[in-house]
Amino acid sequence: MKRFRLRAGRAAVSAVPALWLLLFFAVPFLIVLKISVSGMRLGMPPYEPLFTWATSLVLDLRIHLDNYAFLWQDPLYRNAYLNSLRVAAVSTLLCLLFGYPLAWGIARANPAWRNLLLLLIMLPFWTSFLLRVYAWIGILKNNGLINNTLLALGVIDEPIVMLQTDFAVYLGIVYSYLPFMVLPLYAAIEKLDMTLLEAAADLGCRPFRAFLTITVPLTWSGIVAGSLLVFIPAVGEFVIPALLGGPDSLMIGRVLWEEFFNNRDWPVASAVAIAMLVLLVVPIMVFQHVQGREGAVR
Amino acid sequence: MGGRRSVFVVSMMAFGFAFLYVPILSMIVYSFNESRLVTVWGGFSTRWYAALLHNEQLLGAAQLSLKIAAINATGATLLGTLAGLALARFGRFRGRALLTGMVTAPLVMPEVITGLSLLLLFVALEQVIGWPAGRGITTITIAHVTFSMAYVAVVMQSRLATLDESLEEAAMDLGARPLKVFFVITLPIVLPAILAGWLLAFTLSWDDLVISSFVSGPGSSTLPIVVFSKVRLGVSPEINALATILVLIVTIGIVTAGMYMQRQERRRERDVQQAVAARG
Repeated sequence: MKRFRLRAGRAAVSAVPALWLLLFFAVPFLIVLKISVSGMRLGMPPYEPLFTWATSLVLDLRIHLDNYAFLWQDPLYRNAYLNSLRVAAVSTLLCLLFGYPLAWGIARANPAWRNLLLLLIMLPFWTSFLLRVYAWIGILKNNGLINNTLLALGVIDEPIVMLQTDFAVYLGIVYSYLPFMVLPLYAAIEKLDMTLLEAAADLGCRPFRAFLTITVPLTWSGIVAGSLLVFIPAVGEFVIPALLGGPDSLMIGRVLWEEFFNNRDWPVASAVAIAMLVLLVVPIMVFQHVQGREGAVR
Repeated sequence: MGGRRSVFVVSMMAFGFAFLYVPILSMIVYSFNESRLVTVWGGFSTRWYAALLHNEQLLGAAQLSLKIAAINATGATLLGTLAGLALARFGRFRGRALLTGMVTAPLVMPEVITGLSLLLLFVALEQVIGWPAGRGITTITIAHVTFSMAYVAVVMQSRLATLDESLEEAAMDLGARPLKVFFVITLPIVLPAILAGWLLAFTLSWDDLVISSFVSGPGSSTLPIVVFSKVRLGVSPEINALATILVLIVTIGIVTAGMYMQRQERRRERDVQQAVAARG
């Protein structure tokens, strides 16, 4: 009896959040899939039903693959996809290059400093993401902080155009996502046994080689987790390209937004979402694998 | 460890922290700028703070955002704690893989996808069962709970996984019922993590633009939606003032929380030492 009640209690504890996520996270993807093969129409909701009863016993099923054909044939969408992948990959690499020394420095700082430094990494994360991206507009624009300073110093005669360029988008992504890279790297580096590096140095191994053969493999889980935490959301990023990017720096998240809000084409927006998911399903599964293993180890 | 590497690491750290904080500091400085031209210094002034206090649109949106964030944080903490408990404690149960997947995916899912899919769900539900009627506070809150409970679950899972189960086992051996064990032993220990999860969920909701934009309706514009429509048109001194106030609140909150947690940690260590000493 007691055991039965325990099991029933456990089932309830896991069922409540599971049902919530099933209804509001998993099922919606099926609806997106369904609408991505529906036709567009005017009115609300702006898509045709998939099934219609032609007569009382004839069910009409219409699957529009033209939304996907449209994505495939229009170079705008293909470019947006490739551009998103490129921007996300380069930004992830930059985050890794900046984040690794940062995480290393924090993990090796003396304990009194360590918590303060971690706090400083996390503090921007707690303040508004939107406002932090917006801050860069004031810094990068033609009469912004950088250009005004350089002009006043006489380094340049004309302002450098930085806002509404790809450079600004890279900067914005690296800036916004750097904490997500640093924290998992820190967790991995903190666990690293430093005596291994000392032993390697004693045996005549040069620091760079020790880094490649010891440090990188042993902190690999942090590198993978951090990179995916940056890469996956960056592919679908909307705010940063919308505020800092130019009209031609198309990223797929922005295309989806514009199809939905400006063109009111829900079926094409859904097809864009499905195509993006197909692209991200492998990275997401790798991330879940890494997360799951972390959870098991702890 | 060679001195050269340390110089490299220290300079990278200095650069990294400067990179993180210069934009925030520049907003704070410009918020006290008299000039409307934001980036041209026109003397010290607090006029934009006064203007902010009279901006009904921003204040109304902030009020709405606070309300949604508080409801969301409470719901997300409840659901996320249950999910974290199941994942950390129940071993291999049926549906574990599914729950793990549904908890970790929202952490990285691009917001445009989550937003669009939730909106389409709400529209479909309204067609089929007539609920939710239209879009507004309810739909925004449901959407926020869905993605922020995943963050809470991860926080709770890692906290519960490091929890010493022998304490609970001892209480059970002494005859406490599971529910009592939970309230007397487990809950007090994990309370800081629950608080952290609540604050995290609150912040995520308060800050969310993309998902809210998809699932909001007329008359339910949250603060980020209003701010975004303003900053799309360019920099605005009032927004700098708003950002400064937010940074100030967050800094005070984080420092207080950090100090509180450090004190708790110290007290726990002392208690453990005393317990060990008493037994020995």
